[in-house]
Amino acid sequence: MKRIWLVVLLAALAACTKGGEPEKAQASKETEAQVDLSPAYGDTFVDASIGDASTLLPILATDSASHSVAGLVYNGLVKYDGEYNVVGDLAESWKVSDDNLTITFHLRKGVRFHDGAPLTARDVEFTYRVTMDPNTLTAYRGDFEPVESVEVVDDYTLRVRYKEPFAPALISWGAAVLPRHLLEGKDINTSELGRKPVGTGPFRFVEWLTGQRIVLERNPDYFDTDPDTGMQLPYLSRYVFRIIPDLGVQFNELMAGKIDMMGLKPLQWTRQTDNERFRSQYNKYKYLANAYTYLGYNLEKPMFQDVRVRRALTHAIDKNEIVEGVLQGLGVPATGPYKPGTWVYNPDVPKYPYDPDRARELLAEAGWTDTDGDGVLDKDGKPFRFTVLTNQGNDQRLKTAEIIQQRLKAVGIQIEIRVLEWAAFINEFVKPGKFDAVILGWTITQDPDLYDVWHSSKAVPGGLNHTHYRNPEVDDLLVRARKTFDRAERKRLYDRFQEILAEDQPYTFLYVPYALVAVSNRVHGIRPAPAGITYNFERWYVPKALQRHAETP
Amino acid sequence: MLGYIAKRIAFMIPMLFGITLISFLLMHMAPGSPTELYTELNPKVGAEFRERFEAYYGLDKPLPVQYVTWLGRVARLDLGVSFSPDKRPVWDKIRERLPVTLLLNLLSLVLILATAVPLGVISAVRRGSRFDRTTTVLVFAGFSVPSFWLALLLMKWLGVDLGWLPISGLESLGAANLPPLARFWDRVQHLILPVFVSAVGGLAGISRYMRGSMLEVIRQDYVTAARAKGLPEWRVVYVHALRNSLLPIVTLMGFWIPALIGGSVIFETIFAIPGMGQLFYQSVMARDYPVIQGILLLGSGLTLLGNLVADVAYALVDPRIRFGRT
Repeated sequence: MKRIWLVVLLAALAACTKGGEPEKAQASKETEAQVDLSPAYGDTFVDASIGDASTLLPILATDSASHSVAGLVYNGLVKYDGEYNVVGDLAESWKVSDDNLTITFHLRKGVRFHDGAPLTARDVEFTYRVTMDPNTLTAYRGDFEPVESVEVVDDYTLRVRYKEPFAPALISWGAAVLPRHLLEGKDINTSELGRKPVGTGPFRFVEWLTGQRIVLERNPDYFDTDPDTGMQLPYLSRYVFRIIPDLGVQFNELMAGKIDMMGLKPLQWTRQTDNERFRSQYNKYKYLANAYTYLGYNLEKPMFQDVRVRRALTHAIDKNEIVEGVLQGLGVPATGPYKPGTWVYNPDVPKYPYDPDRARELLAEAGWTDTDGDGVLDKDGKPFRFTVLTNQGNDQRLKTAEIIQQRLKAVGIQIEIRVLEWAAFINEFVKPGKFDAVILGWTITQDPDLYDVWHSSKAVPGGLNHTHYRNPEVDDLLVRARKTFDRAERKRLYDRFQEILAEDQPYTFLYVPYALVAVSNRVHGIRPAPAGITYNFERWYVPKALQRHAETP
Repeated sequence: MLGYIAKRIAFMIPMLFGITLISFLLMHMAPGSPTELYTELNPKVGAEFRERFEAYYGLDKPLPVQYVTWLGRVARLDLGVSFSPDKRPVWDKIRERLPVTLLLNLLSLVLILATAVPLGVISAVRRGSRFDRTTTVLVFAGFSVPSFWLALLLMKWLGVDLGWLPISGLESLGAANLPPLARFWDRVQHLILPVFVSAVGGLAGISRYMRGSMLEVIRQDYVTAARAKGLPEWRVVYVHALRNSLLPIVTLMGFWIPALIGGSVIFETIFAIPGMGQLFYQSVMARDYPVIQGILLLGSGLTLLGNLVADVAYALVDPRIRFGRT
C-alpha cells in the first residue's frame, strides 16, 4: 500500500526531480541469497544530530533533538503510523462518544516503566495535571486547554471530557506519559528526570555526556511485538545519539562509516554521495519534509490588497526554477499549506503557473503600468517597489529571494532583499507588522488544524497570522473543521479552505523540500511512508550476519 | 611588592563591577528575549507560556532589580540557573565543559611553544636565510588558513581516506570498555587533529615575537662578549641569549590565562568538542542570560588576573622595572 502511494507520488513528481536519483524503496537488493537477512536482535545504531538535547522531559523540551531522543524513551496513548493514521500506543483501544465530547481510553495491561513500576491510568491523569499546572514551564498547555475533565475510571481506563468538540484532541494524547511515582509532589522544572528519563518506551536511558552523546539501550520489557515475526520489539540493542554540530564533519563521519544515519543536503545527495564507497555502505531515502517555504505579503499594505496583484506576483515567479536552483530539484512546488500526498492535501486548487505575460496583464488591470518608462511599474505616481525580509543563516531562503528578485524585475517590480538576524527579524519586523513581504517557512503539522495561523483572531501583534489575512469564510471553515471528527467531512472543509487560500494568494507558496536521508545498508526493516522512515524505528534491525558492534554488557 | 599586589587586587573589584554592568546592559539591549526563541512561530505555544516563563525567572521585574538580584547571588558564589529547559545551575554547565577546553588549550599552548620558540630562535640567528624566509611564509600561511577549512581537509584525508585518525569527538563509542592504556591511546588519537589544527594558527605570533626579541638580544654587547670569550655558538645562543630573549614571552603568559578557558566556537563545532566556546555561543543564541553573565564574569575575572600576573611576572624577571625603588 505504502509502496503504491510512493510510486504514484514519484510519477507525479518525475518532471521536477530530473537528475535526482530514483528512490530506493527496497532496503536491499537481496542478491546474496545465502546471507540470512531475517530479523535479529543486536547491534548498535549510531544517529547524528547537529544539536544536543536540552532536556529529556518532553513536556519541557521545545527542540527537535530533545524530542527525537525522548520519543524513543516514552510512549503516548496514541501515535501516528506511516500514513498519518492515529493508532494505539499505550492505549489498546479508545472510543469517542456520539456527541464527540468524551474519549474513553483503554490502556494496555502489563506495561512497566523502565524502573519496573507498572503503568496505570493514574500516570496519564498525572501527565495531564502536570501539563496544566501553572508552575510547569511547558509550551504544550494549549493542547489540553479544551479539556474539561480527566477521570480515572479504573487502573486501565481513562475518560476525558471536552468542553466542546475538538478534532485534534485525539492526537494530543500522543504526548509522552510521565511516571507519576517519580514526579508527584516535586518541581518538574528541576526534576532529575530531565537528565535521566524513565519512560515506557522501546529504549531505556543509559548515559548522557553533554555535547557528546546520549546512549540508550533496548528495553527488554517492551510491550510491543513485531506483528510479522511475533518477536518482541525493539530489535536493536543500543541507540547512540552523537552530537556533531557541523554538517560537513557529519558527512565525513558518514563516509568513514562511523555513523549510521544522516540527513543530507541537496548537493550531498546529488554529487558527494555519487560514488562507489558511499553506495556500498548506505541506502538513500527521499520523502517530502514537513515544511514549506513561502513568500508572505503584508496585507495591511495597500499595494498587496488587490488580489489581482497577489495572483500576478505568483504568476511572475517560477517555482520550478526555485526548486531547481535552490534545492537541486529535490523538492516540489507548493500550492498550499499541506504536504502533497497526505489525506488532507487538495491537489485541485487553482494554480497560477509561471506566466510573466499573464502577470503583466493582471497588474495592468489593477492599475499598475509603466507610465514614465523607467522599467518599473507605477500607479498614482508611486513605483511598485518593496522590500523582502528573510532571516540570516538560511542560505536557501536567500537564494530564493534572489531568484524572485530577478523574475519580478522582468515584469517591472523592483524588490530589495534584507537579511536579518532571527531574533531581530521576528521581534522588530514580523511581530509588529513592519514589513512588506517576508520569505519564511512553516512546519507542516501532522494534524491539519491551522486555526492559529490563518484565523482572523490571530491577525494581531504577536499572533501567528502575521500577514494579517482575514477571510470570514476561512474563519468559519477553520472553526468547523476543528470540531469535526469524521475525516471525510473534515477533508471536505479543508479542501474548501485550501481552495480559498489558493484564490486569495495571501502567500505565494513556494516549495516543499525533500527530506534526504542516508541510512547504513546493514539496517533492514525500513519502510518509507508519507510520514518518512523513522516512525517504525523499533522495527529496524540488522541481520545477524551484518552486525557490526559486538554486544556490550 | 605585596602592597602593590594588594592595591591592584583592590582596584580590580570596581573594574569587575563595571564589566558586569556593561555586559548586563548590552545583553538586555540586544533584540530578542529568552522566551521568544521558543514561543515565536510555534503554533502550539501560547502567550501565557511567556508570562509564566518570565515570572519564573524574575524577567518581569525592572532591569536594575534584576541586576542587583544577580549581583547578590554572585556575592554568595551562586551564578544562578540556566534558562534552557534543563534548568541546571550555571556553574554545573560551565564546570562540565572546563576540563576539555583547558586540556586542549594547554596542549596546544605547549605545542605552540615547543615549535615556535626554536623556530623563532633559528630564524633570528640565521636571519635572511632560506630557512628564515620559508618559515616566515609557512607560519603566516598557517595563521591565515581558516582553521575550519584546514580541519575539514585533514579530517577527510587522515580520517576518511586513510582511516588513520578518528574524525571528531573526544573518544570512540566503546572506549569505556577498553583497558586503561588502550583508552588513553584512544583519547590521544582523538586529540591529535584538534591540537594540531589549533596550534597551526598560533605559531605565527609566538615565533615572530621570539624572532624579534632574539634579534634584539643577539646584537647586544654581552652576547659579543660571550662569543669573544670563545664559547661555542650553541651555548651563546641557547644559554645566554635565549634566556633574556624569553622575557617578553614569559610575560605574555599572563595574557594567556583568560584564553585558556575561552574556546573557539568554530573550532569546537568542527571537532564536535563540547567546550566553553560552544556553550557561550549557544547561550548567546538562546539569550540564556545567566549562562552568558556567568561566562563573562569568569572570563573578565581571569583577564584582570592575567594582567596582574603579567605585570608581576615582568617585575620579577626584570630587576629594572621593580616597583617602589626609583
